[in-house]
Amino acid sequence: MRTSTASNEAVTPSSLSQRLLVAVGASLLGLCLVYFAGFSHIEAVHNAAHDTRHSAAFPCH
Amino acid sequence: MIKRIASTAGFTGLLAALLLTLLQSFWVAPLILQAETYESAAPAVEAPHEHAAGTAEHHHDSEAWSPEDGWQRVLSTTGGNLVVAVGFALILAALYTLRAPKTVISGALWGLGGFAVFCLAPTLGLPPELPGTAAADLAQRQAWWVGTAAATAVGLALIVFAHNWLLKIVGAVLLVVPHVIGAPQPEVHQMLAPEALEAEFKVASLLTNAAFWLALGLISAWLYRRSSQA
Repeated sequence: MRTSTASNEAVTPSSLSQRLLVAVGASLLGLCLVYFAGFSHIEAVHNAAHDTRHSAAFPCH
Repeated sequence: MIKRIASTAGFTGLLAALLLTLLQSFWVAPLILQAETYESAAPAVEAPHEHAAGTAEHHHDSEAWSPEDGWQRVLSTTGGNLVVAVGFALILAALYTLRAPKTVISGALWGLGGFAVFCLAPTLGLPPELPGTAAADLAQRQAWWVGTAAATAVGLALIVFAHNWLLKIVGAVLLVVPHVIGAPQPEVHQMLAPEALEAEFKVASLLTNAAFWLALGLISAWLYRRSSQA
C-alpha cells in the first residue's frame, strides 16, 4: 500500500541559502515598487502619486 | 515559498492600501487641497534651484499629465497607495521567510519597525511637507531619506537580533548617525500655508502612517501564518 509523499514537499523546509535568495529578491522588488511610486522623477508618475508622496512624508517637489 | 510571499504581499497591500486611502481621504487629503489653495494663489514663480555638477538636467514639464481634482485624483492616489503598500508588504513577507512571526501580534512589532524605518526616522529630519513649503534640493533630500531609512533598518535589526552587545551598540550608533549628519535644509524656511495647517498635517500624516504600518504588520503576519496552516 502506497502512502502519498506529495504532501511532504510542502512541509520540507527550504535551505537557508534558498530562503535568503528569495527574501532578497522579494525585498528588492518591494523597494523598486516603493521607489517607482514614491521617488521616481518621471513627471506624470509624480503627479499621479502626488498625494501618496505627501501623505507618506516622502520628499516631494 | 514564492507563491506564499506573493499572496501575502498582494492581499496585505490591497487591504492596507484601502485603509490608507480611507484615512487619507478623510483627514490628510483635505489638508493638502487646502494648502494648494495658498499655493495657487501665490504668483507662480519657479524657484531657481541649483544642480550639482554631473547630475542630469531636468525641467519641470507643466504639460505632463496630472489627474483632475475629484475622482481622477482619488483614483490615482489609490493607485499610488497600492503600489507603495504592496512594495512594503513584499519586504515584510520576505523578512518572514527568514524569521516567521510566531503570533499575529508579532506582526504588529514588524509593522512598528517598518513605521520607524520608513516614516519616523526620516521625518525627524525631513518633516512631512504640505505643498508650497520651501525645501532643499529634491535629490539631496531623497538621498538623505534613503540613507536614513537604510541606517535605521540595519540599526534596529542589530539591536533586536544581534547577540553580541558590541553589535547592539553599533546598531544604536547607526540609528543616531543620520541625525548627527543632519538632513539637507533649505536656505530660507518659508511656507505658503499657515503654520497651524502644517502642524495639523504633521500629526495627520504621522498617525495615518502609524495606522497604515500597524495594519500592514498585523494583516501580513495573519495571512502569512494562515497560508502555512493551509
